[in-house]
Amino acid sequence: MAKQGVVPDSLSQPFWDAANEERLVIQYCLDCDQLQHPPGDTCRGCSKGDELEWKTVSGRGTIYNYGVVHDCPVRLLQQDQPFNLAVIMLEEDPGIQMFSHLPGVPVDDVPVGAAVEVIFEPSANGQLVPEWRVVAD
Amino acid sequence: MTTPIATDAMYRNDEGMGIWEHRGKVAAVGVGHAPTARRWDGRPETCVGAISIQALRQAIADAGVAPDQIDGLVVVRETTTGAFWEEGKPLPMDVIQSFQQTDDPLDGIAKLSAEWLLANMPELSNVKFTMYGPGCMSNALNVTAQAVGDGLAHTCLVVKSWHNFEGRYYQGGANAGDALPGTPAITQLWGGPASYSTALQFAEYCRKYGKTHEMMAPFMENSRRNGLRFPEGYWAQHRPEELGPEDYLASRWIAKPANLFDNDIPIMMSGAYLFSTAERAADMKQKPVYILNHASSNTRPRSLLPTLDEVEDDTARTGRKIYEGAGITADDLSFENMYDGFSLFHQFHLEGLGFRGIKFGEALDFYATDISIEGPNPVSPSGGNVGSGRSRVWMHTDCIQQLQGRAGERQVTGVTPEVAVSGGPMPLGGNFTVWSASPD
Repeated sequence: MAKQGVVPDSLSQPFWDAANEERLVIQYCLDCDQLQHPPGDTCRGCSKGDELEWKTVSGRGTIYNYGVVHDCPVRLLQQDQPFNLAVIMLEEDPGIQMFSHLPGVPVDDVPVGAAVEVIFEPSANGQLVPEWRVVAD
Repeated sequence: MTTPIATDAMYRNDEGMGIWEHRGKVAAVGVGHAPTARRWDGRPETCVGAISIQALRQAIADAGVAPDQIDGLVVVRETTTGAFWEEGKPLPMDVIQSFQQTDDPLDGIAKLSAEWLLANMPELSNVKFTMYGPGCMSNALNVTAQAVGDGLAHTCLVVKSWHNFEGRYYQGGANAGDALPGTPAITQLWGGPASYSTALQFAEYCRKYGKTHEMMAPFMENSRRNGLRFPEGYWAQHRPEELGPEDYLASRWIAKPANLFDNDIPIMMSGAYLFSTAERAADMKQKPVYILNHASSNTRPRSLLPTLDEVEDDTARTGRKIYEGAGITADDLSFENMYDGFSLFHQFHLEGLGFRGIKFGEALDFYATDISIEGPNPVSPSGGNVGSGRSRVWMHTDCIQQLQGRAGERQVTGVTPEVAVSGGPMPLGGNFTVWSASPD
C-alpha cells in the first residue's frame, strides 16, 4: 500500500534515519528504564527530556489486535480500502505498540497473537517505513 | 480581558480527595439550545457564533435571570474535531461583517472565543470571570461548577457549540496531502479513522468476554428511540427515523467492528446552561439541579492506543472518584447518561460505574434487558450522540431536565429521578458530573 511520504522533523529524525537503514529504533528513558512510543520531547514517566535516547530493538513482535478500515480519512490509502490495520506489540516490551497494514494478510483474516517481524517499505517520497509481516511457522 | 484556559486546579483528577468541598452548593438552573442543522448554510444568522448566542440567551431566559446579573462565562473554544476551514479558502466577509469581531476572522465561524461572545452580547455587561474548558461541555461543566463553588463567579453561563462545513470530516489538510511531518507520521500514516481506537477496544472486549457486535443493537435502538423524544436534537428535528436492529446491523463499516451508526453524525449545534450558587438558584425560574461532585480522568495510554486493560482500570478508577466526591454509591444512581459518541465505548463507562451492579463484560447482556426510560434501569435516557447527533451535550441537558421533571416525552417513569451522572468523552481522559434533585 502506498503510504504518504514522510518529512522527518527534529524529534523523529533518528527514528526515520534508522528506518532508512532498515533498523527499528524506539525512544528509551535511561532514568525510567522504559521504552516510549510514540516519541516525545520528554519522558511520559518522569517528565525528563535529557535522559531520552534511541534504542535499537529486535524487530520482533506479535499481533495484539486489529480492525478493518473501510472508510479511511487519508486520500492516498482510499484506493486500497478495505484494509487491515493491526496493532503490534514489541517483543522487548508488549506495552509498546506499532501500527501495521500487515502486508500479505487477507482482509479481516488476521491471526491475532501471531508472531511478526519488521520489514521496511518505501513511502511516497522514498522514506522507508516500518511494516510487519507474519512469521511463517 | 484575556480568557485563560482552566488549569489543573479546576479539576478533580485523583482518588482520595474526599467529598467535593462544594457538594450541593452549586446548581444548574437554565438550559438553552439552538436549532440543529446537518451543515452550515453560510448565513450569518446560522454561523456557530450566532447559534451560540441563541443558546446562551435561551439559557438565561430559561433561568429567569436578568443578563446583568451574570458575572461568569465558561466557553469551549473548539467547535469541531474534524471540519476545519480549508487553508486558502476565501473568508466569508458578509458573515464576518455581521458581527463585532476579534483579531481572528474565523472567530464565530470555525471557533468561538469568550471575547467574541461578549462583544456580540452587550447585555452581558457584568461578566468579570471568563475561562475556557477545553474540548467538551463535560470539561467546561467541571470548570463552571468549580468556579462557582470557589466564588470566581456567582451566576455563570457555560456554552459548547459545534460547526459543520461542507465536505467530509478529517479528509482535508494533512490527510489529503502527499507527505506528513515525521512525528505525526508515526501514528497517522496508517490511516485509521477516528473510531478505529474504540473499534479495537471493542474487538478485544468481544474476544475476552465472548460478546458480539450484534449485541449492541438493543442499546442503539433504545438510544435512537430516546433521541427522537429529544426535541432539541438533530434526528428528532430533521430525520425522525427509528434505528431497529436490521438497519443498524446492515449499515456499512467504517472501521470494523465500528459501523456507520456507531459513529455519531456531525452537525451544527449549540447548548448552554446557567449555573449559580445554591442560594441564588433557589430564587430562579426553574428548579435547581445540584452538583454533588465533578471528577476527571487525565490518564494517557502507555503507547499508541489504550488497551482494554487500561480502559477497564481507568473507568473503574473514574467510577470510584465519581462516587467518593459525591458521597454516594452506585445504588444511588437513578439512571446514567455517560457518553456514547462512539457507541462502542458506552459499555466501558457503564461497567466502570458498576451501574446496577454490572461488572466488566456484562454490559452487552444488560442491554438485552429493559433499559428503556419506562423501566427500572434507564440507560442513556438522553439518547446521547447516537440519538441526537454529535454534540457531547445531550447527556448533560437530559440529566438537568430529568431531575427538574421537565424532560417531556423522555421523562423517566420507571424510577424516581433523584441522582444521575453524565460525562465523557473517552474512557481515558474525560470529565464527569454528578447531578442531584436535592442538595443533600
